[in-house]
Parts: sequence; structure tokens; C-alpha cells
Amino acid sequence: MEVLKIATAGSVDDGKSTLIGRLLYDTRSLTSDKIEAIEKSSRKKGLDYLDFSLATDGLVAEREQGITIDVAHIYFSTQKKSYIIADTPGHVEYTRNMVTGASTSEASIILVDARKGVIEQTYRHFFINNLLRIKEVVVAVNKMDLVNYSEEVFNEIVSDFTKLQQDSNFKEQRLTFIPVSALWGENIAERSTAMKWFEGPSVLEHLENIKTENLQETSQARFSVQTVIRPKTNEFHDYRGYAGKVTASSFKVGDEVTVLPSLTTSTIKEICFFEEQFDEAPAGSSVTITLTDDINVARGDMLVKTGEVPEATKEVNATICWMDGKPLLPGNKYLLQHNTNGVLAKIDKINAHIATNFQPAGDASSLKLNEIGSVTLKLSKPVFADSYNKNKENGRFILIDSQTNTTAGVGFIQ
Amino acid sequence: MKPVLKQNPLESEAIYIFREVVAQFENPVLLFSGGKDSITLVRLAQKAFYPSRIPFPLLHIDTGHNFPETIEFRDRLVKELGLQLIVRNVQDDIDNGKAIEEKGKYSSRNGLQTTTLLDAIEEFKFDACIGGARRDEEKARAKERIFSVRNDFGEWDEKNQRPEVFDMLNGRIHLGQNVRVFPISNWTELDVWSYIAAERVEIPSIYFSHEREIFDRDGLIWSASEHVYREDDERIQKRKVRFRTVGDMTCTAAVASEADTIEKIIQEIRGSSISERGARIDDKRSEAAMETRKQQGYF
Repeated sequence: MEVLKIATAGSVDDGKSTLIGRLLYDTRSLTSDKIEAIEKSSRKKGLDYLDFSLATDGLVAEREQGITIDVAHIYFSTQKKSYIIADTPGHVEYTRNMVTGASTSEASIILVDARKGVIEQTYRHFFINNLLRIKEVVVAVNKMDLVNYSEEVFNEIVSDFTKLQQDSNFKEQRLTFIPVSALWGENIAERSTAMKWFEGPSVLEHLENIKTENLQETSQARFSVQTVIRPKTNEFHDYRGYAGKVTASSFKVGDEVTVLPSLTTSTIKEICFFEEQFDEAPAGSSVTITLTDDINVARGDMLVKTGEVPEATKEVNATICWMDGKPLLPGNKYLLQHNTNGVLAKIDKINAHIATNFQPAGDASSLKLNEIGSVTLKLSKPVFADSYNKNKENGRFILIDSQTNTTAGVGFIQ
Repeated sequence: MKPVLKQNPLESEAIYIFREVVAQFENPVLLFSGGKDSITLVRLAQKAFYPSRIPFPLLHIDTGHNFPETIEFRDRLVKELGLQLIVRNVQDDIDNGKAIEEKGKYSSRNGLQTTTLLDAIEEFKFDACIGGARRDEEKARAKERIFSVRNDFGEWDEKNQRPEVFDMLNGRIHLGQNVRVFPISNWTELDVWSYIAAERVEIPSIYFSHEREIFDRDGLIWSASEHVYREDDERIQKRKVRFRTVGDMTCTAAVASEADTIEKIIQEIRGSSISERGARIDDKRSEAAMETRKQQGYF
């Protein structure tokens, strides 16, 4: 079945949890014991309605404070699709968790409170959606019931948002605006009867109609080797297979390939998956590839089609989202993980600090936790990378702090 | 040769994760309970490394209160696939005083497994423990990363998890720490059953409808066994039941069911208004039962 991964963000006050709860409820995805547990907790908190955030905020600290701290993954399905919702936090101090949740999503829902309009958090989520190049974005203008289902209020928010989009350099992004009342289920699964002036689809209807194959960008095929398979059994004595995942496009038996970084060339002999062999492996498949020549290939190497070799570079300009308490400073060294390949990287300079609210950019001498900036890095060895705009999988990397081992930042190559 | 490979996206993701584990860690292990999720993991691992054998052992933390069908199944699977199986017993930790048996009506060895598990991790110096936990099972599990770092006390720092962006899994840890790995994080209960059906994976007989001696308590169906505490007025009956999740006998309740094939089980789950873990006695202890256990190093 088709799987659609969606990220949602917004503070609890925007009604994000109510919207997710409503989607689950209306698609009959909430089981009776879960509803019972929500009822029990809601009563304990002295509420006279069902607080759906209790279903999604899974940590004690989140329930205590009534906020989302980290990503929760929620699953539901219809006849047509399986949905995975990454419910991400909207607060600025949890931006890194928002990036974590949104990075694996193909579509997103941004919630706007009809009474408040476009606020800092809305802009931040929109900005991160752009940075990640998420093609399909639903802007759900919620709490329409509290503004008398006013068409004018809705139109004003649409126009504010459209202005934001004019500054964006990601023109392929499709924005769909839907006025909703999550609390009353207006335009969530069913079309609203209170807003007859709106002729568009409900949120669920819209999600059902998204064609997931259109969400992928067309880029050149890349295959990063994860591990080498050498069974050394009698039956497979000379077998030497390269295990990895095809990202973008596809590989076929007979394709001439270049191995990076060695630049040696060979031809694909077999594409194996378990006990079977295939003529072609499309993007997303985890396979094992064998080559016609006995050449040296190891983890960290990448196979590309000969004629589609990305440029090697020891200097990288990237937009970096910083995720660590220790700030990023010029001169600092990190391990740069690019696909399965790791190289040492030194921060050469911070070119600009990028504001994710409406404020002007701050000073560019450091990047602190949850800040985003444009950075130049010098590498110990060349990497064969693409720009993120051209090839998502081959245009991103993470920076690892080699003292703490934590993932300190994520970079998008410019 | 077949033309174009069409892989189940959940399967591709799980296989990718397995391969990252083997590439990034020196001493991984697969935590095997004999339940459908860990059986699915074994199948995925087989496919990830074929034609090589699965390059890590299985570890079973045995509470001594297992369903005998599960143990039989486990031993057969290990033999057929030529796997290495390590078993560590909760009973040993009770005997040597490290773990203290719970008393009373709801006594269970479920929580005691944590001690035995953490000791086994230390004994074998495992740096990656692959488990079959899924995010859709429970709300604390919904918060898990795919690579989830545990400190050298086995603790989960749920409020300060390592960022995990895209498919880039960072398995770097300090000596003594370990990573819990969840390859089927994004699978739902139905996804697992559909996979078992499509792949014709064999599973223990207790998942299918059978007649069993049971008793009713708190609206749940408990197995009558010497391992399960029972009050005098809790009367043993015979009923057609099956198990929807399989853990320790003292923490897994049965469900009334006539489903005796995988297809019927899938139909039953589709129509069910109770969640999978609705029959898990261990989760019912409190609102944060799973989160608390996980912080301490539970599966």
C-alpha cells in the first residue's frame, strides 16, 4: 500500500493535537481502550472534553507541561493509503526536534490559529519546510469556529502566507489552504457545512489525493555502499556483493558505473534481493549489487552511472541547522557524515546567520542551538556531493561532535 | 531474472537499518522473544545479508514463565537457520539475589528482565541491541529514535535524544554505552501481519485460536498456569482464545478468538476496537508504565 509521511507542527494552542486526534477518530483509528485512557486522563485533569493531546504527547514531562518536546510518530490508514504522521514540536527551543521529524516527511501540515494569523512559529515551520524542500504543504487555518467561520479572516491569512512564499526560492512547493475547525471536525475528514463558501477539499480528502510518486524529485542515481557481502561458503565462494540503497532514479543490469572516490569503472552484473535477481532496482530499494570486475569497493564508496559523476570538492558551502548546546564556531572540527562516508571537516567561516522569525539576521560569529546559518567548511578529503536542490540524498550531511559523539548539526549543500 | 524490483518501503527501510548496524557496530545482538515482531526481524535480517548468514547472535532473556510453544518454536528456528542463540535466565538472578520476585495478585517477572538484560549486555559487551519495538504500540515508544542511545547504566534520556535526521543513523558511542536499534519502528501491527502473510513466515501456534484453560480478571483473559497467581474465587474455564502479543505468561492476556489462519487474524485485527497492547497487563500498571521501564533499560 502507498505510504505517505506527513509532518505536523504548531503549538498545542493551535489545536494541532486536536486535529490529529480528529483525523484518528474520524478514520476510526483510535481503539476503544485508547479512547478510554484519554477519557480517564481528561477527567483527572478536570476537563469536560476529550484532550487528544494526551494521546500524542507520550512523555510524562510533555503531559505535565502541556507541550510537545519531541517528535511522536502516529499511524493510521484509510482504504487508499497508510499515513505516518511525525507530530513535531513548534517551540523555538525544540527546533532541532522539528527538523528531525520533518526530515523524513514528504508532505506537511502547518497549523495557523485563525485568531492569531501568521506568527513566529508558523514562519519557522514554513521556513524549515522550504529548507528541506517539502513539496506538498497544507496550511490548515484552525479555530474558524472562534471567528464565526469568516471568509475574510481566512482570505487575509492566505494573503499573508502568499507574501511569505514570494521570498522563498523553492517555487515547486505547492501550498494548499484549508479553513478548519479541528474541535468540531469541520473540513477535517468531511467537508464543512458551516463554511459553504469554501469550495476546496477537506484535509483528509486532500491528503488522499496526493500522488506520492510526484513528491520525489528527479535526480541522478546514486548508490552508497553500506557493507560488503562475502559469504565465503562453498556455494557462493567468490560472491562479492555491495549492499546499499538506491537513492533517486534507478540502476539496471548492464549499466556502466564509476566507483567513487577511486574513479574505477565497471559494469553492473547482478542486482540481487534475497534469493531473486532483478533487471532493475528503482529509487528506495535496498539491494545487493555485483560488478563484472573484481575491483576494490568498500563501505563509504558510492556507485554512480559513468557520465553522471558529481564533482569532487574539499570545500563545501552549506546551510546548517545547529542542534547542539555547544555552539558552532569557526575553527571547530567535526566529523562530517555524507551518506555512508565520513570525513573530517573544519569550520572555515560563518557567512551569514539566517533568521527563522521575522527579525533581521543576528551576528554571524557563531551558531547556537536551534540557529540556522550559511557556513563554509574545509574537508580533509574530497567528497562527491551534489547540491541539495539537485539531489536531496547526495546533497546533505550531518556533523558529529567527535568528543560527545552526538549529532551536532545537519547541513544542506548550496 | 525478474524485471523491476518492487520492494515494500517498510522492508527496504528495515533492511537499510540492519546493514547500518552491521557496518557501524562491532558486537551487535538481536533481542529475541519468540514473538511475531522478533520473528519478523529474523526474516528481515536473513534478507539483508543473503547469501551470507545472519552476522550476529540472538539473545533471549528467559523469564522462566514462557509459553512452552514459544520456546519450542525458538529452538527450531535457531536450528533451521544455523543461528547462534544466547539465553540468560531471570531465575538465575532471582536465585543469586540480584532480582527479587514480586509478590501478590499481579506479580510478574516482566520488570525483572531489565536486570538480566543489562547484565547480559555487559557480559558480552554488546554495543548494539536490535529490538522489535514499534512506535505504534505505545505512546512512549512513539517517541523513540531508530538508533536510541543508552548510557552505561542502560538508561534512556528521553528528554534529550540525539537528533536523527533523514536516514542518517549516527551509531557513535562511548565505551560502555549501547544503542538500541528498532528496524521496524515505522511498522504497525497490521503491517507485521501482512508481511508475515506475504512472506509465509512461520509463527508460534499460540497466535492462532486454540482451546485453553483461562480465568477472568479485570476484564482480561488470563492463562491458568502454575506461574500465574490466582485467587481462590477466580474460576478456571476452558475457552477458545489466541494471543495478540506474546510476552511473559504473567503479563500477556489472551483474547477470545476463532481466528485460526493468518488471513482470519488480519481480518480480526482490522475489525478490532481494542489496541494490540490493550491485553498487556504490564502497560496497565500506570499511565507512564512503559516510559518508566524504558528509562531503566527495558526493551
